[in-house]
Amino acid sequence: MSDPQNTSDNPLGRDPHVLLRVISKFLIPLIALFAFYVQFHGDYGPGGGFQAGVILAASVILYALVFGLAEAKRAFPPRLIRYGMTLGVLLYGGTGVVNFILGGEFLNYSTLASDAATGQHYGILAIELGVLTTVTTVMIAIFYAFGSRQPETSDEDW
Amino acid sequence: MSLIFAAAADVPFVPPLILIDIFLLSILVVVAVAIVRMRSLFGVVMLQGVYSLVSAAWFVTLDAVDVAFTEAAVGAGVSTVLMLSAMLLADRKSTPVPMRRQFGALAVVVLAGAAMLYAVGDMPAFGDVNSPANAYVGMDFMAKTAEEIKIPNVVTAVLGSYRGYDTFGEVVVIFSAGLGVLLLLGLNGNSGGWVARPNGQMLNDHSAPSAALSDSNVAEDPQAEDAQ
Repeated sequence: MSDPQNTSDNPLGRDPHVLLRVISKFLIPLIALFAFYVQFHGDYGPGGGFQAGVILAASVILYALVFGLAEAKRAFPPRLIRYGMTLGVLLYGGTGVVNFILGGEFLNYSTLASDAATGQHYGILAIELGVLTTVTTVMIAIFYAFGSRQPETSDEDW
Repeated sequence: MSLIFAAAADVPFVPPLILIDIFLLSILVVVAVAIVRMRSLFGVVMLQGVYSLVSAAWFVTLDAVDVAFTEAAVGAGVSTVLMLSAMLLADRKSTPVPMRRQFGALAVVVLAGAAMLYAVGDMPAFGDVNSPANAYVGMDFMAKTAEEIKIPNVVTAVLGSYRGYDTFGEVVVIFSAGLGVLLLLGLNGNSGGWVARPNGQMLNDHSAPSAALSDSNVAEDPQAEDAQ
């Protein structure tokens, strides 16, 4: 939780974490991109909504650690968390309800398309998106809730 | 340990995988002992991250890539950060517990450890075709995924479709965990009337840096409205 504007206590008058900031700025988009790769490649290799959600949340948390919590809350507003958490669960459960309406059992994705295997593909895609949304927002929510209580920590504090 | 070495010495060629396993497991033991002996909580949290990362590497040698992936992302990544932010609200060092209060914990650990060692004898061998995980319904999933779901990763097929109920339950568990944290702490850490004393300094809901962070924050906090 460092403050990028606070350079007064530094004799050089410069940001002591400039390397950290430059490298994170380069890495954070790649981490987010990797999360989406893990999400949509989960049918073919290791990965899926849960892992992708954690990685996506990690990119926001890294941003908060390097650039400060206030900046992170501008980039990913806390307002989104409330919607994201519930939308993910609703998307998962809603997929099951749609299967109901289409004449199958709860979470029987085969009803989603005329071909059973294609229906399974659509169903897994939908529920993985739901898992991604809930996991990402809950991880960020827990970090925001704890992180907002922190005192400003100096480097000597550790 | 000596048992494993004896078993490895019997075969003429020691497979490199067992050496990797022994190496990783000994690192895990060393890290675990270091965690127990360390007093600096920052060091403990960092070592827990190391422990997760090494066990993720060990899961890879066991061919459990999906589990390893999760362990690396959750154990080494997010939970380290969450432990750090929880630690920042408490003291940086743990106070040693007097010896006489540790006997109860020691008894529990010895009993649980003895029970686990006793149960090891009933565990199927690694990769045993007749083990419950490789027989019965597990074989059905392996055989039918190719024609019923037509995706290459059987783990995703099992988690998403065959065991969709369980995964739905997991998502609801994560949702409830997030809901619980938000109800207890508030989305901006501003649920009213809290006090923390990290390193001797006083912190409460009005002196924390987040107290006036965002506009929505003020609107959501009934106490802040009263103050205006």
